[in-house]
Amino acid sequence: MNRIERNEKLIELALLVLAFSAVSILVVITLFIFKEGTPIMFKYGFKNFLLGTDWYPTEQSFGLLSMIIGSIMVTIGSLFIGIPFGLACAIFLTEFSTKRIRQIIKPIIELLAGIPSVVYGFMGVIILVPFIRERFGGPGFSVLAASIILGIMILPTIISISIDSLQAVPRSYREGSIALGATKWQTTKMVTLPAAKSGIIASIILGMGRAIGETMATIMIAGNAVMIPHSILDPVRTLTSNIALEMGYASGEHRQALFATGVILFIIIMILNTIANTTSAKGKAAK
Amino acid sequence: MYINPKLEQKVVQSILWLFTLITIFILFFIIFYILRKGLPVLNYAFLTTNPLDMGKSGGIYSTIIGTIALTIGALLVATPLGVGTAIYLNEYTRESKMTKVIRFGSECLAGIPSIIFGLFGFILFVTKLKMGWSILSGSLTMAFMLLPTIIRTSEEALKSVPYNYREVSYSLGGTRWQTVTKVVFPSALPGILTGIILSIGRSVGETAATIFTAGSALRMPTSIFSSSRTMAVHFYILAREGISMPNAYGTAAVLIITILFINIISYRMMHQYIKKYS
Repeated sequence: MNRIERNEKLIELALLVLAFSAVSILVVITLFIFKEGTPIMFKYGFKNFLLGTDWYPTEQSFGLLSMIIGSIMVTIGSLFIGIPFGLACAIFLTEFSTKRIRQIIKPIIELLAGIPSVVYGFMGVIILVPFIRERFGGPGFSVLAASIILGIMILPTIISISIDSLQAVPRSYREGSIALGATKWQTTKMVTLPAAKSGIIASIILGMGRAIGETMATIMIAGNAVMIPHSILDPVRTLTSNIALEMGYASGEHRQALFATGVILFIIIMILNTIANTTSAKGKAAK
Repeated sequence: MYINPKLEQKVVQSILWLFTLITIFILFFIIFYILRKGLPVLNYAFLTTNPLDMGKSGGIYSTIIGTIALTIGALLVATPLGVGTAIYLNEYTRESKMTKVIRFGSECLAGIPSIIFGLFGFILFVTKLKMGWSILSGSLTMAFMLLPTIIRTSEEALKSVPYNYREVSYSLGGTRWQTVTKVVFPSALPGILTGIILSIGRSVGETAATIFTAGSALRMPTSIFSSSRTMAVHFYILAREGISMPNAYGTAAVLIITILFINIISYRMMHQYIKKYS
């Protein structure tokens, strides 16, 4: 083997090592979070963690149920904004607008993804929270406020992935429908949307993942009270807020309990990601 | 009930228009609101003096430097890893089980929330490896967060380089590495840079991961082992603890302007890049 060939082999090997960086980082993160978080769950029992409602971390009481319910509530709430607005934008941009309009509007919408989450949280505090407090009562810091802000924050995810899947529907599908005398909307409703269904579902699930993982905005507007909310005007604390609020001063078992919170969050996110991946893969395979 | 399809089409179209306009309105509202309140605070002194009295007065100089240092550090780590991964996936191998694992790993990493990165960076870099709250810990954590974006955008950039470029190089006796470095990489560079610029935007706006790894010291950082507060963290602390609203708006305005600038540059670059190859 001459020098050039040997060098080529070495370079290929080096690139292979680099290529495994993302996977190795994922493995290392998983190991660390679980190693720090699971021992305390074993010690006090999974059931107490998942179903306990008392969170007094300095008195060995680590019930995360309120936070789990809090996270689920704001995530579902965010879908009430994210799905209608996200799908409307995606359908409008792919099916009902000219290329020129699309070229102007798409980058504007992508800009929504660039705005830092602290800025969204801040806008919530300044505009939305006082509005809810005055109009609907309650403290203003609430499930409702968090849901609206998160709903806006997940729009870019839902829009961009839905647009991709709508654009992946072959033109001939639409042409066939139009040729049969259907209107554009009938075509969209009965042909394009069903064909893009799996991608759209994947976009919504990924949006849910973003909402449940969002930290700074929820901390600023959800109120952070450890309680199971009775209405959407009550404050809640999410899993992410729980970690971020107490990480600064926690130590010992308290800190481990925050890692346990991380473990639960991690498992939820992984389940959502896997579902999103398999639905969009299935959709691609069907085409 | 029969609804005239043409009427239905008109109604739906207006609703879709309306929803899209509302979405755009929200974006413009946020940008204009922050700029209207923040721009009056901005001046040369605000950008070039250090925060005083916990940020109550003074400017944001040290947080700008902290943000830049952290971002450069993160890119120094994430760029070689990400571009290397993309080159391997696109130039050196065919689709296989292994590439599926690599892509799956990258996609999962992209889905992990920033607070988990923060927890991980805190336990590994800050405590286990004893780097403390520092620019180094923050950069490494941020690098891991940026990696999936850089892999994906670099791969797309490499893919869009026409195949015959490679064939010409091979036919002239170029090795694979020569082809990659002399032909494919230079042609894909603008696309790769677009991904890197977008990552800068993410790094500048990130809070949850940096606050637990880089800390929140207001002093001017002196080395990569100094703790430093980024602009986003500074804004969060100013706003949340109500330290100084004018300074919070000023910091937010700098953040928004930076993000706008980054998005416009990367969009223009991407546009020119796409035009070149189609």
